[in-house]
Amino acid sequence: MKNPLAAFITGILIGVGGLYFFLPYDPLARAERPAMSAGTAADGERMAAGETLRRVRQRGFIQCGVSQGLPGFSSPDERGRWSGIDADFCRALSGAIFGNPDQLRFRPLSAKDRFTALQSGEIDILSRNTTWTMSRDTQLGFNFVGVTYYDGQSFMVRKAAGIETTADLAGATICTETGTTTELNLADYFRGRGLSYRVLSFEKNDEAIVAYDRGRCDAYTTDASGLYAMRLKLSDPDANKILSEIISKEPLGPAVRQGDPQWEDIARWTLNALLEAEELGITSENLDEMLESDNPRVKRLLGREGAYGSTVGLNNDWAANAIRAVGNYGEMFERNVGKNTPLGIARGQNALWTDGGLQYAAPVR
Amino acid sequence: MGMEDITGRPAPRSKRLTPLVWAQRNLFSSVSNTILTLVSAYLLWLTIPPVLDFTIFSAVWTGTTREACLAPGAGMCWPFIWANIDQFIYGRYPPEEIWRVNLTFALGAAVIIPMLIPGLPARRLNLVFLLIVYPLVAIVLLAGDRPGLRPVPTSEWGGLLVTLVVAVTGIVASLPLGVLLALGRRSNMPAIRMLCIIFIEFWRGVPLITVLFMASVMLPLFLPEGVNPDNLLRVLVGVALFSSAYMAEVIRGGLQAIPPGQYEAARALGLTYWQAMGQVVLPQALRHVIPGIVNTFIGLFKDTTLVLIVGIFDLLGQVRAQLSDPNWTMPQGALTGYIFAALVFWAFCFGMSRYSTFMERRLDTTRER
Repeated sequence: MKNPLAAFITGILIGVGGLYFFLPYDPLARAERPAMSAGTAADGERMAAGETLRRVRQRGFIQCGVSQGLPGFSSPDERGRWSGIDADFCRALSGAIFGNPDQLRFRPLSAKDRFTALQSGEIDILSRNTTWTMSRDTQLGFNFVGVTYYDGQSFMVRKAAGIETTADLAGATICTETGTTTELNLADYFRGRGLSYRVLSFEKNDEAIVAYDRGRCDAYTTDASGLYAMRLKLSDPDANKILSEIISKEPLGPAVRQGDPQWEDIARWTLNALLEAEELGITSENLDEMLESDNPRVKRLLGREGAYGSTVGLNNDWAANAIRAVGNYGEMFERNVGKNTPLGIARGQNALWTDGGLQYAAPVR
Repeated sequence: MGMEDITGRPAPRSKRLTPLVWAQRNLFSSVSNTILTLVSAYLLWLTIPPVLDFTIFSAVWTGTTREACLAPGAGMCWPFIWANIDQFIYGRYPPEEIWRVNLTFALGAAVIIPMLIPGLPARRLNLVFLLIVYPLVAIVLLAGDRPGLRPVPTSEWGGLLVTLVVAVTGIVASLPLGVLLALGRRSNMPAIRMLCIIFIEFWRGVPLITVLFMASVMLPLFLPEGVNPDNLLRVLVGVALFSSAYMAEVIRGGLQAIPPGQYEAARALGLTYWQAMGQVVLPQALRHVIPGIVNTFIGLFKDTTLVLIVGIFDLLGQVRAQLSDPNWTMPQGALTGYIFAALVFWAFCFGMSRYSTFMERRLDTTRER
């Protein structure tokens, strides 16, 4: 082709034609939809009730968004199996839907791309210790279904220092990470009480914990669950303790896209079922005996009475299958973060309401 | 250097070369040299013994759990590496299917190594095999989307497997694409030249991390529902386009070093454009820029670690993920994992760099003949 203009025009025609041919994209149809900036919420709205469950069933597995490695919540073990409370919640969901805990795929997400992944439909549920806040619930186009772990900011100090409460921290140097809400909470708390303190912030928590270990600061602060994990990285973990006082509220829970109430219900009631099971003393071990129980609450939960599963499009033994998959909430807690794990976290706020904790499930009836 | 002069003959020897004489000549020949020697020796003394101590002498070599590594003053925790080695190499690839990854690695080595040894016959056939047959076989083997093989979604790939898949795809795709782009940018046809310039400047103008983020997170929002290309595939395309833009500029540098007379002479002999480029200009141009090409390859190999931000675990990401296992959380955990990852990356990059030196020297001698 000698004429450059002809070559240019031909090139453009081939390019546009190729794009039109290969991409199943219809600009006219797209223009009628709401603006793309609101598109994330709009995507959710367009999804009819029951759509997510239908798609999950058709696909044969749940897409579960987890962290890229957070001790006790979601982390891969030596055999590549994801363990942790967040991972187990997805297994319970898979049990409730398919009767099999392993019909799911874990999608590790960074803190940055977790919300987009849920909005764009790449995952069906975000179980990635995400704090339930109003702005996330109302503005990001998804709903939280409950609290799997009540977390909150706390402090780690050396046992030898004789610090018992946060009041003893007056004038202390405190290590933390920069640019997180942790730092803001710290400032709020100490200023609110008129206590003086010095803060030493680091870019990464690994740097902060090394500084604490070397004695550059008197205390290290982050969310309590993180403190237990960081304590394992100290040269002498037993010489340090975590204060029981909590200075912020960080309710961590799974979230689903807005606009599919049925899917939201499935997730919410799976969590409730695990809590209810603990309250009723149903464990993964005694499940088969409990199926014969005469207790009406047990019968309703395990699907021997009423048809609660069918109201959300599941089988009536949904809760029994969820419990078979991961055990009740207490089992899940103890297995992943409890006293006999390296983390060794006490139940504390995460105990059932009957034991003085905050975990309280609405009844199945 | 000191032993030969520029003619290649041995330098005249005034003294016998005892170690003392060697040291006097090379390390303490002047005041400034002596100071530099002493300072360097001190810096080495400061760094080398602690590193050796941590990685070898006080390292923990045996054991199966983290308790083995908790002794006070214990160095690198090798049991952590042994216990997780499958994760580091294969990621979450199903253990019973790992033979497929091994077979892919072995096939890859069988195809690539003959390519690297100069003077073996059937290189053209081998090249076709490497560029067309092998990728198809590798895709079928790894993804297993064929009858008789269990499908393994790319979300379960990880570790060194992902690092190699991303790096090899980037390297193999960027060289031909880069050549085409470089030729296009020097073309006389304005449309092609403009398109190539726009392409190159666009991809060079955005950071790789943005490319990956766009490919993985934003693209699904723009595409219609149901069209959801595989996450790893999106990343591979992004990396290939990104690296080809860099490659194009490296190769263009080589093209510019070839005098126009070469091309004109080739055309005068009746060669077509592609013959002249392929048989006269490019062989000379590429030889000039081997260091630049390998530089791009090495940079690309290390850039693969960025895929972590889009939720794909390459070797480094997998190391970090395994570090979060509470059963292996320990004081020296992070250092252990990072040193291991550094060793693996270094082995690959150093290998590439040595090979490029070898090729340069070899091509230089052929030119001298």
